[in-house]
Amino acid sequence: MLKDADRIFTNIYGLGDAGLVGAKSRGDWSATSEILAKGRDQIVDEVKESGLRGRGGAGFGAGLKWSFMPKEIGERPHYLVVNADEGEPGTCKDREILRFEPHKLVEGCLIASFAMGAHAAYIYIRGEFFREAEALQSAIDEAYDAGLIGPDACGSGWDFDCYVHRGMGAYICGEETALIESLEGKKGQPRLKPPFPANSGLYGCPTTVNNVETIAVAPTILRRGHEWFANLGRANNTGTKLFNISGHVNNPCTVEEEMSVPLKELIEVHAGGVIGGWENLKAIIPGGASVPCLPRSICDSVLMDFDSLREVQSGLGTAAIMVMDQSTDIIAAIARLSAFYTHESCGQCTPCREGTGWMSRMMARLVSGEASVDEIDTLEQVTRQIEGHTICALGDAAAWPIQGLIRHFRPELEARIEQAKSQAA
Amino acid sequence: MPKITIDDIELEVEAGLTVLQACELAGKEIPRFCFHERLSVAGNCRMCLVEMERAPKPIASCAMPVGDGMVIRTDTDLVKKAREGVMEFLLINHPLDCPICDQGGECDLQDQAVGYGYDRSRFGESKRAVDDKNLGPLVKTIMTRCIHCTRCVRFATEVAGVPELGATGRGEHMEIGTYVEKALTSELSGNMIDLCPVGALTSKPYAFMARSWELSKTESIDVMDALGANIRVDARGPGVMRILPRNNDDVNEEWLSDKGRFANDGLARQRLDKPYVRKDGKLAPVSWDQAFAAIAGRLDGMDGAKFAALAGDLVDTEAMAALKDLMAALGSNNIDCRQDGASIGEGARAGHLFNSTIAGIDEADAILIIGSNPRWEAPVLNARIRKRYLEGGLSIGVIGEALELTYRYEHLGAGTDALAAITDGTSPFAGVLKDASKPMIILAAGAVARPDGAAVLAAARAIAESSGAVRDGWNGFNMLHSRAARVGGIEVGFLPGASGLGTNAILDGAASGAIEAVYLLGADEIDMSRLGDAFVIYQGHHGDAGAHRADVILPGAAYTEKNATYVNTEGRAQRAQLATFPPGDAREDWAIIRALSAVLGKTLPYDTLSDLREKMTMANPVFGAIDDIIRADWGTFGEAGALSSDDFNSEIENYYITDPISRASETMARCISEILQGSAPRTGTDG
Repeated sequence: MLKDADRIFTNIYGLGDAGLVGAKSRGDWSATSEILAKGRDQIVDEVKESGLRGRGGAGFGAGLKWSFMPKEIGERPHYLVVNADEGEPGTCKDREILRFEPHKLVEGCLIASFAMGAHAAYIYIRGEFFREAEALQSAIDEAYDAGLIGPDACGSGWDFDCYVHRGMGAYICGEETALIESLEGKKGQPRLKPPFPANSGLYGCPTTVNNVETIAVAPTILRRGHEWFANLGRANNTGTKLFNISGHVNNPCTVEEEMSVPLKELIEVHAGGVIGGWENLKAIIPGGASVPCLPRSICDSVLMDFDSLREVQSGLGTAAIMVMDQSTDIIAAIARLSAFYTHESCGQCTPCREGTGWMSRMMARLVSGEASVDEIDTLEQVTRQIEGHTICALGDAAAWPIQGLIRHFRPELEARIEQAKSQAA
Repeated sequence: MPKITIDDIELEVEAGLTVLQACELAGKEIPRFCFHERLSVAGNCRMCLVEMERAPKPIASCAMPVGDGMVIRTDTDLVKKAREGVMEFLLINHPLDCPICDQGGECDLQDQAVGYGYDRSRFGESKRAVDDKNLGPLVKTIMTRCIHCTRCVRFATEVAGVPELGATGRGEHMEIGTYVEKALTSELSGNMIDLCPVGALTSKPYAFMARSWELSKTESIDVMDALGANIRVDARGPGVMRILPRNNDDVNEEWLSDKGRFANDGLARQRLDKPYVRKDGKLAPVSWDQAFAAIAGRLDGMDGAKFAALAGDLVDTEAMAALKDLMAALGSNNIDCRQDGASIGEGARAGHLFNSTIAGIDEADAILIIGSNPRWEAPVLNARIRKRYLEGGLSIGVIGEALELTYRYEHLGAGTDALAAITDGTSPFAGVLKDASKPMIILAAGAVARPDGAAVLAAARAIAESSGAVRDGWNGFNMLHSRAARVGGIEVGFLPGASGLGTNAILDGAASGAIEAVYLLGADEIDMSRLGDAFVIYQGHHGDAGAHRADVILPGAAYTEKNATYVNTEGRAQRAQLATFPPGDAREDWAIIRALSAVLGKTLPYDTLSDLREKMTMANPVFGAIDDIIRADWGTFGEAGALSSDDFNSEIENYYITDPISRASETMARCISEILQGSAPRTGTDG
C-alpha cells in the first residue's frame, strides 16, 4: 500500500483547487529554478536513475529517451511533444491529471524541455477532452502570468513556450509518430522508424514524445530525489502509477498506487472488490484495451508492473484495469475491442488495414457461434500474421486481445460453436 | 562504406542505400509493391520484410538504411511466413478478376502471388468493393483492385508536382482519389499506370484492347517533343496498341509524357496510304509511278532556284539528308527545316543545343528560363527541373508567361525588358546567375521564332557569357526545342544554302510566283495560303494541312513505321525502329526520295539505309554517335540588335495538339475537352 506521503498526485480527485494557488500549496512550482540549475545532464541522469518508465504503454525508460536528444542544439530546434491524446479504451489517468493537476504537467513540460534543449513544448490533447483542454490552457496562462514559463522561465534564463493542440478524435493519433504527423497538419498516419523522432520528429526536428503522466511525475521525482522514486515498487518497475479500475467492481476508481502492487489487492482495497466477490471474477484486462486478458487463476497472484505482466503474456499498458465478472460474455467483449481496432486502423499498411477487418468479422461470428472450430485456428494465425509486421503497434494491439481470448477461453469459443450448431439442428 | 552480411554473403555497399537495395546487389530479389527507386519510401505494403539480427521483429527492408555490421536474412521460414501473410492480406479484398484485368500478365501482385500466395483462400467474408474514380480521359480506375501502395499519390505529389491525389478514409475504408472528382491536370499522368503494381490504374484508351503477351515490342524513340524519350512501341498486327517508356537516366529516366504515350491512336487515323495527284482540283489516288511521273513532268526543265523544300517537325534525319541531296542535285539551295522561321542553326553549334544536357539539370544551382513553358514543351524535362528543385538550393527565374510550372520561381518579367535587365545586370537575378557554380540558361526555341529572334538569341548568349555559364566542363547555355525534327534538321544541314531562301522567303516567293514548286516533307505548320499557285509536293503520313494543299501526295511512314534517326534537343542522335509497317502503299521516307531521284534522273548515290547513314556520318559525326552526345564548342551565334517590346509566349498553345499525329488522335481531343476545358462528364448528384 502506498503511503499518503508518497503520493505524487494529491489532488487527483479534484477535491482541492486545480489552479496555480492550489497547485503551489501542494508543492508544485517550488524550487523549480533550483531543479533547472542542476543542468541538462544531471536532470536526465536523475530521471534515468529513478527508473521511471514511460507511462503511455510501451514502458520505455524515460531518462534514456530524453538522452537520445542531440546534446547540442544545431540548426534545427528541439521540441517536446506531450501525448495527451488519451484514447485507449478504459484509460482515464491523463484525463484526471489534465483536469485537476495541470500544473504538474506544465512544470514537467518546462523541466523536460530544458533537459532536452527544447524551447517549445506542444501538448497534443484529445479533442473530446474539451473541459480538460480548458483547464490545461488556464494553467498554462496562469504559469505565463506568473513568469513560470515564457521568456526566462522561473528566472532560469531558459525561454520556454507551451502550446496546446487539440486533436480530432482519431485513436491512431496517440501513436507518437502519427501524433507528430497530425500536429503538422497531415493525415494521422504513423511514420516509419528509423528515423526516430529524436533525430527527425516534428517538422523534421529532434523531438521527444512523452505521455502526460511521465512528464507530470518528473518534477516530483527531481524534487524528492530519484532514490525515493526508485525505492517504490520493484527493481526495473519503480515508482508510483495511476491505475484506472473499471468494470464489474463495486467502486470503479482512479487511484495512485505503488508499482508492483498485487492486482487482487489493488481491486479489493481501492475498488471495493469484484461485484459478487473474487470468486465471481471471470477475466481482467490489466492494461487498457490492447493487452491480452487474464483469467482469474492468473489474477490471483499477478503483480501490476511491466515485467510481471509480461511474464504472464499480457502487459501493463496504460494500467487501465477492466474487470469482468462471470456475467460477462467475454467473446462479445473482445469482439467489441476488435471492432474498435478495425474502426481505428489508419489503413496505411497492409496487415493492419486488411487484417483488422477480417479479425473483427470472424470475431463477430464467433460471438454468435456461426463458425467452425477450425476458424479459431485461422483467427489465431491471422493475429500472428499481423503481430510484428506493421509499421506501428496498432496491429499488435489489435492482435493481442484476441490471442489472450483464444489462449485462456478457447473452450468457451468451442462451446459457443457447438451450441449454435445444436440450436440450428 | 558499410559492410553488410546478407544470407551469409558479405558485401560492402554504398552508405545511404536501403537494405532492399543491398539485397538486390547481393542477388537476393526482395518482393515489393510500394517501394520504387524514384519515389519516396512509404514502407506500407510490408511485402519486403526481412530478418535482421538483434531486431525483435522482421524489418521492412525498403525503409531500413544499411548499417555497418548488419546481418540480414532473406531466406528464413519467418521471412517466408511474413511475406505469405502479407500476400494473403493483399488478396483477401482483391477481386481476383485477372481474366478481365488489363494488368494481367504484367501485374506485380499476380507475379508475387505465384511465389507467396496460397492456392486457396481462407477468407470467408464478403470482399470490399470500392467506387471507381474518374481521373480523366487517360487513367482508368478500378479501385477495388487497389492495394493502397500509394505509388500514384507519391508520383503525383513528388514527380509530377500536382498534389491532386491522396488517401481519404481510414483503415479498410481508405481510398485513393482526387478528393473532389476531377481529371488529373498533369502532363505525366500516364506514368501512374506504369507505377501501379496492380490493375487499379490502367490506361483508359488501351482498355481491353490487347493482352500484353500478344504484343510485339519494339524499342524506339518518342517524337512528340524534342526530348527524345526512349520508348517501347507495343504493336499487334498493323496497329500500335500502346507506347511505354524505357529507362534512360540521361534522357527521360523512366517517364513519358502523356502526348508521347497516348497520341498513338492518331497513328491509325487520317493516314495517307496511297499516292495522290490533283486532277481537276481534286486529289485522285494514283500509283507510285503516276505520282512520280506527275512530279517529273512538272519539274522538267524548271530552274532549281524556283524549287524549294521545307521539312516538318516529325521528319527523320535520313529523309532530310536524302531530300537535301536531291535538292542540291536539282540545283536548289532553297531548303529549310525551320517552319517557324526561327533564327537558329546559323551560328555555332552550341547555339541550338541543350548543352548542359538533361542530366546536367541535376547539378544546376540556378536556372533562367526564357520564353518557355517547359511543362508543355518538354514535360519530362520539367519534372527533372522539379526533382532538382525539391533537393533544394536551386534558384529559378522565368522570363515569359507566369505559368504554374510545378516549382516555385521568380517571375522576372514577361518581355524583352526583363531580358535586357539581366543582360545589363540591373536585375538581381543576374547576380544569382553569376554567383551560381553551375548556372543554366534555358532559352525556348519558340523565343527566337520571332522577327527579333536573332537579337534574343544574341542576348541569351551574352547572358551566358557574362554570368560565366560557359566554363571548363560546364556549358550552361541551353536551347529547349519542342519539335522532334528540328535539331536533326540543323545537324543534317537542312538549311538554306549559299544565296538560298529560308522559310519566310520561300513562302513569299511562292506567293509572288518566284518559287514555282515546293516540296513539303511533312511540313504542316506553315500557312498554306502563302503558297500561292506553287506546285506543292507533300510527302508525309497524315492527311493534315500540307496534304490538303498538295498537288501530289507521296505517302510516307510515321515514326513507328520506319528505322530512322532523330536528334534530340541535346544533340543526341537516337534511333527509332520499325514497329509496324506503313499502311497501304506508304513507304519509308528516305526510300521515297531515293526512288523519286531516279525518276528525275538524279539518282542519289545510296541504295540502302546503311549507305545513306554512312554518308550522313561522313558529313556529320553526330550521326555516328548513336545514343551519345558530341559536345558542341562555344562560339558566336545570334545577331545583336534591337529587341522588340513583344512579350514572350510559349510556342505551344495547346499541349495536346502540336503535330499531325496528335491532331488526329481522339484521345488527345478528349484530353482537351476534359482536362484543359474541364468538362469531364459529371456523375451523381450535380443534376
